[in-house]
Amino acid sequence: MTPARLALTAALISLAVVLQASVFDAFAWHGIVPDLALLVVVGAALVRGGEFGMVTGFAAGLVLDLAPPADHLAGRWALALLVVGYVAGRVRQDARPGTAPTATTVMATVAACSFVGSSIYALTGIVLRDPAVGVGELLQVIAISMVWDVLLAPLVLPAVMAAFRRLEPAR
Amino acid sequence: MVLLIPERLNRRGRLEHPEPGAPKRPTIVALLLACAVLLVLDQTGPALTPVRRLLGEVYGPLESATSTVARPVTSVPEWFHTQGALRERIGGLESDNAALRQRVASAGFDRNKLAEYEGLTAAAQDIGYAVVPARVVAYGASQSFSRTVTIDAGSTAGIEPDMTVLNASGLVGRVLRVTRSTATVLLIADADSVVGGRVGDSMEVGFVHGAGVLGGSGRLDLELLDQSVVPAKGDTVVTWGSSKGAPYVAGVPIGVVDSVYSSVRDSTQHARITPMVDFTSLDVVGVAVPSGTKSDRAVIDADGELK
Repeated sequence: MTPARLALTAALISLAVVLQASVFDAFAWHGIVPDLALLVVVGAALVRGGEFGMVTGFAAGLVLDLAPPADHLAGRWALALLVVGYVAGRVRQDARPGTAPTATTVMATVAACSFVGSSIYALTGIVLRDPAVGVGELLQVIAISMVWDVLLAPLVLPAVMAAFRRLEPAR
Repeated sequence: MVLLIPERLNRRGRLEHPEPGAPKRPTIVALLLACAVLLVLDQTGPALTPVRRLLGEVYGPLESATSTVARPVTSVPEWFHTQGALRERIGGLESDNAALRQRVASAGFDRNKLAEYEGLTAAAQDIGYAVVPARVVAYGASQSFSRTVTIDAGSTAGIEPDMTVLNASGLVGRVLRVTRSTATVLLIADADSVVGGRVGDSMEVGFVHGAGVLGGSGRLDLELLDQSVVPAKGDTVVTWGSSKGAPYVAGVPIGVVDSVYSSVRDSTQHARITPMVDFTSLDVVGVAVPSGTKSDRAVIDADGELK
């Protein structure tokens, strides 16, 4: 992990979290905003592999858990985004080596990761009774955030992936 | 579990070289354990408060700055109202206008009555709260299932945890934690929020629970302590207050009774409350602080003057 890559990752995570909380709340749909941090994690894992994806996911989740206005139990988003990093890393690993993932693969990965991430977050909430919500509302939130993420992915992911790729060209 | 082990044996029984960049097992285990430790720490005690505060000091100002810069853009959705919505709004305003005209006609008598009560109350107890104005700079996402916002006033503005947050319409929530320049506010619409409420017309007390929903159908739930009293539709519910005004000062309007129902299961009387505050479009809010608090900004004092 070079210092430049570390700085870039920290900057991207911070940017995503701040935009998510301060700008996108005005465009929220039922209060649900696009998960920019999740998109950054997916981008990192698709370019640099599962190991880096998982660490990025853990760091991004930690910031989401602790930065204001978060009030849920710390570690819930960290766990969710950690798994997201792992899943996206698997996709890269299973793709043919040496080729960039196709647009379809990327979009499918985003949809799957969004579903997995939100679901894990919601499930830990149910298990730890950290606000208890109905399953109906839960499914609605998961579905809407999936739509948001898929809509925003074509705008955000190419930039994120290009940034990670340019910093450290493929071996 | 096989998925977790990158160095697996291939068909010929030889160790496969793991894909470069694939997660190693120690990393996976360490990260999962870290998550578990965090969850346990946060569940059992206030061990993470300093960390939250630290991140608040860093991200709070970032959120304030971003929100200020983005305000011209984030106000764009307000421009687009459909004709139907505007017509509806005119209708609503016209009926409001008529009701207000009627009230003005009988205002003299009410004012005299009010002055008497005001005198009594003031003599009995001087509440004396000043209000620190602040703006909402960040909303907690619905994906997180907790309804919190960040405001751009913190400990240097005289704000401390467990202070009441209100706006021009009514009660907004209470301060959970503060950093130097920002504070996190738990909205009363949060599913974990409980506020002591009093039905203004009958002085009956109860507990107002949030439903975890902010938008149009966001109602609060009032659980009355006295089973025999049925609040009327349109009754106002105000805070009942606690000693030293923490976390809620007394007499702040919470909402209006919308409908009443009784729960057969635990034989309690409930009322659905329409909140006074529109939680989806919070902007300027005020934090009730004791009169004479030192602050880095102008404070609206109890007598309505700016200090």
